[in-house]
Amino acid sequence: MISTVILRRRWNGKAIWLLYLAGLLPAAWQFYLGATGNLGADPVKTFELFLGVWAVRFLILTLTVSPLREIFGLNLIRYRRALGLLCFYYVLFHFTVYLVLDQELVLHAVIADVMKRPFIMFGMAGFAILMPLAITSNSLSIRRMGTNWALLHRLVYFVALCGGFHFYLATKVLSSQQYIYLTLISLLLLYRIARPALKRRKKSGIRKQGQHLPSAAPN
Amino acid sequence: MTYRPPKIPTSYITAKDVWLSRRSFISYGAGAAVASIVPAVAASAPISAAKAEYTVADKLTPRTDVTTYNNFYEFGLDKSDPSRNSAAFKPLPWTIKVDGMVARPTTFGFEDIMTMFPLQERVYRMRCVEAWSMVIPWDGFPLAALLDKVEPLGSAKYVAFETVVRPDEMPGQKGLFQSLAWPYVEGLRLDEARHPLTILAVGIYGETLPNQNGAPIRLVVPWKYGFKGIKSIVRISLTDKQPSNTWNTTAPNEYGFYANVNPNVPHPRWSQATERRIGNGGFFSSNRIPTEIFNGYGEEVASLYNGMDLKANF
Repeated sequence: MISTVILRRRWNGKAIWLLYLAGLLPAAWQFYLGATGNLGADPVKTFELFLGVWAVRFLILTLTVSPLREIFGLNLIRYRRALGLLCFYYVLFHFTVYLVLDQELVLHAVIADVMKRPFIMFGMAGFAILMPLAITSNSLSIRRMGTNWALLHRLVYFVALCGGFHFYLATKVLSSQQYIYLTLISLLLLYRIARPALKRRKKSGIRKQGQHLPSAAPN
Repeated sequence: MTYRPPKIPTSYITAKDVWLSRRSFISYGAGAAVASIVPAVAASAPISAAKAEYTVADKLTPRTDVTTYNNFYEFGLDKSDPSRNSAAFKPLPWTIKVDGMVARPTTFGFEDIMTMFPLQERVYRMRCVEAWSMVIPWDGFPLAALLDKVEPLGSAKYVAFETVVRPDEMPGQKGLFQSLAWPYVEGLRLDEARHPLTILAVGIYGETLPNQNGAPIRLVVPWKYGFKGIKSIVRISLTDKQPSNTWNTTAPNEYGFYANVNPNVPHPRWSQATERRIGNGGFFSSNRIPTEIFNGYGEEVASLYNGMDLKANF
């Protein structure tokens, strides 16, 4: 009995590291292709877009963890931190490529971009909000901050809004991939808005079913 | 307007025998007639063109980049889609209907065009509105030469262009997510259309146009953003009203009718002050260069816009 618990714990630990590894693999592979001249005519732009799309993918996966648990009873909460951090890493890579390889560190051009263009503003805002979330993602912060931690990490919904708008504004004509991902982000945010109502209904449903039970007291 | 040709390095002057060999394009015309019987004329056929004085000394963009990095939404939205999804497109047989305010409305067969107009090679800079650029050796002829044949009426002020619509051969024109309203349309003022730099191209790198580059015939206006260079043209109409152009109707605040390359008028989503020159740099080496007004053709074309507010008429 004890040994299976230990084994499961060991496996969980390994699974998370495997997730990090698998999650960073696309970036590493694409970087290798770019560095060896195998990323086509406009390698910097291709790499930049690739990193952005993967950030969106990990953002969606991160936001899917709660609804999966609450609606389908599938609990993947132990992977959520890794998914959220992978999203952050991809945003960080995306920003770094934009700054260093694309804009070639011409800071006045970058600052002009941020000040003038909503497209860039949304991206930067999303990145800025992600940073405190990434910094406080460690267990120590979670313990120390208590309820404030959960409050702070609700900012991820603003990250999704900013990231979603940035992704929406990125092209003049939306691709099917953009339609799909933007729909998913919208549904995941709508779920958060509808969640209190859903929970209330669920509770009252339980109350109706078990009216004779004293355990139906509100909490 | 006066046109002063740029300084031409000796290496750009073509030997006479090479120049004379352009008559072999006549035999290409015959070949094309045969080729039209064979389906899927995807392979490029060689064509000969005289080197023209309209040439820039910039380093050419490698042919593989010119033929695999394209915006041609009829074949898909990705830059690699046109080269991947255009194999089923049949550029031959082909006709272009030229009508509207002209004395002699004419439908030209592609073979007629190939024999009617002597081809020239023009090395032009091509600046995309998305802030990247290429240097491409086009084979083509001045649009003015074609317009002369149909004799525009005095009332004609603009030229309207239209791309082919073939959902069966162009996957971007069918399905759930239609990116643009088809056909793709473009337009020029008549004086812009008649400018010696404005050409109809039938080839790149001395070969017939690959499908993804707008086979069999497309417009090239080097001082304007690339989207003005309408591809796979089936109709040219002369009119007295400013024609609509697809990108302007799609996003009027982002794309204008004139679309002259201008580093001082930023796109709402990015700066136009610089451009990434495709094929120049790599992953780590710098390939960003400053963008020039009228894409560096100001000496030739700026006079077309004397007294015009280029910011309002972007």
